[in-house]
Amino acid sequence: MKRWLIWLPFIAFAAVLWLVAAELTRPADRTVRSRLVGQALPGFSLPAAVPGKPGLDARAFRIGEPRLLNIFASWCVPCAAEAPQLAALARAGVPIDAIAIRDKPEDVARFLARYGDPFRAIGADQTSAVQLALGSSGVPETFVIDGQGRIVEQHIGDLRAEDVARLTALVKGAR
Amino acid sequence: MRAWLLPLAALTLVAATSPARYANTQLADPAKEAEAQALMVTLRCLVCQGQSIADSDADMAADMRALVRQRIARGERAGDVRDWLIARYGEYVSYDPPLTALTAPLWLAPIALLVVGLIVARASFRRRRS
Repeated sequence: MKRWLIWLPFIAFAAVLWLVAAELTRPADRTVRSRLVGQALPGFSLPAAVPGKPGLDARAFRIGEPRLLNIFASWCVPCAAEAPQLAALARAGVPIDAIAIRDKPEDVARFLARYGDPFRAIGADQTSAVQLALGSSGVPETFVIDGQGRIVEQHIGDLRAEDVARLTALVKGAR
Repeated sequence: MRAWLLPLAALTLVAATSPARYANTQLADPAKEAEAQALMVTLRCLVCQGQSIADSDADMAADMRALVRQRIARGERAGDVRDWLIARYGEYVSYDPPLTALTAPLWLAPIALLVVGLIVARASFRRRRS
């Protein structure tokens, strides 16, 4: 047996220690992204989430007009925080449709009255079925859909002021 | 919409936010429920990532349980339901990693360690005898 072999377990231990210490300084990104980005929007048909506003059908995304699909809920605080950004996008002429997750019509109506309503249509997804079909893992999320109904991008979390110009350009360029 | 469906639609509107069917209710068929249960303990809850959807109280986990039970009840195989979720969320959603180039060390490490152990044992026994 070679003499230096006795150091092997210590070297292995030091390597594990170094690995653990290095990983501690940069926490892993646990965001679960949709694998459907770059693919066609799955088919769905959702009833209206509030009276007086249409529900949402996936076919509406295949008429040659790129747009945003916002996944939100009235019970979600970051969704209220991103309302000014959605309003700015709507003012810039970006069409926005939405899906309300596990929500009640009266709560959605109250949310829209309080934080503004930039949406053309809002579908009600009571059982997260469409959310799961989209590969969305929470609220709020914003999908960019091109004119052919293909998912161009998924933004996870609330929209910040710096996202508005980028998403506007992305939607305008997604024809 | 047909006229007789209207009261039904009103009923679903009233029953908003109540959890999805089969989220917290077992399937009537014990064999199918067992199959669904076996699948649910190996699927990751997406909003509480340390837990399986069978263990989690999160609303989204409830909706995922409903999805699993409804699809199993419809006669889909557990593997297909898992593949459907992996196609949307990636392999991270499954607690049962398949054997790929990336996960090969995970599967092969126990065998490699066993082999190393056998070699070490054989070497030390041989030394003792001589």
